[in-house]
Amino acid sequence: MAKSLLIICRQAPWSGPGAREALDIALAGGAFDLPIAMLFLDDGVFQLQPGQHAAPVQQKDLTANLQALPLFGVDALYSSVRSLEERGLLHQALSPATETLNDAALTALLGQYDQVITL
Amino acid sequence: MKFAIALFSAPHAPSSRRALRFAEAVLAGGHEIVRVFFYQDGVYSAASTPVTPQDEWDTAAAWSALVRDHQLDGVVCIAAALRRGVLNDEEAQRYERDAASLAKPWELSGLGQLHEATQLADRLVCFGGP
Repeated sequence: MAKSLLIICRQAPWSGPGAREALDIALAGGAFDLPIAMLFLDDGVFQLQPGQHAAPVQQKDLTANLQALPLFGVDALYSSVRSLEERGLLHQALSPATETLNDAALTALLGQYDQVITL
Repeated sequence: MKFAIALFSAPHAPSSRRALRFAEAVLAGGHEIVRVFFYQDGVYSAASTPVTPQDEWDTAAAWSALVRDHQLDGVVCIAAALRRGVLNDEEAQRYERDAASLAKPWELSGLGQLHEATQLADRLVCFGGP
């Protein structure tokens, strides 16, 4: 049976190529039909905020990559309640939709996956 | 035990040196490294162009020696490498750049190689990252 992988993404969308490169790992794994999940943690939750304007900071929008996750079979998406709350995003409509987890649930989540990559 | 080692940080980062030491310890302990995979700023450790002063530690040279001496499978993510200017001959020609800058014996390949390594290994150990 294929080993499962949890990718923890902690980078804000415009802080460098980190967020895009974490998504690329997920999309590549999804293309191989591997069991992949993503957890948006710390500044990584900023990726879920809709209506971002990438062009004024000479960046390429990440929205298409994020929306592609389910198409590539990566539909186990999680975010941290604490990270969302600290950044004022807890009660906002976010995209793509994620399952929000408190700290105890995060700990349990880590134990459910064979491998973990944090970026 | 079979290990896959992924490096995400630049050569000057302490985590990069730890990754190298860990790889040496894995081999010294009689274990196997199925693949070393460089991603994000880790690709700089596979560049042939940096010049390190003679009395300073040269991470890239140490990695090259380790991969060569133990005939490891050393793979650098091609997308991350292109973005950061680490090109082999083929890519330098393709994108009409003046010089190739990928050190021997590294190979450029895709992220599928990272996934394959995690499937083949008992443990994936990552170094660097936020």
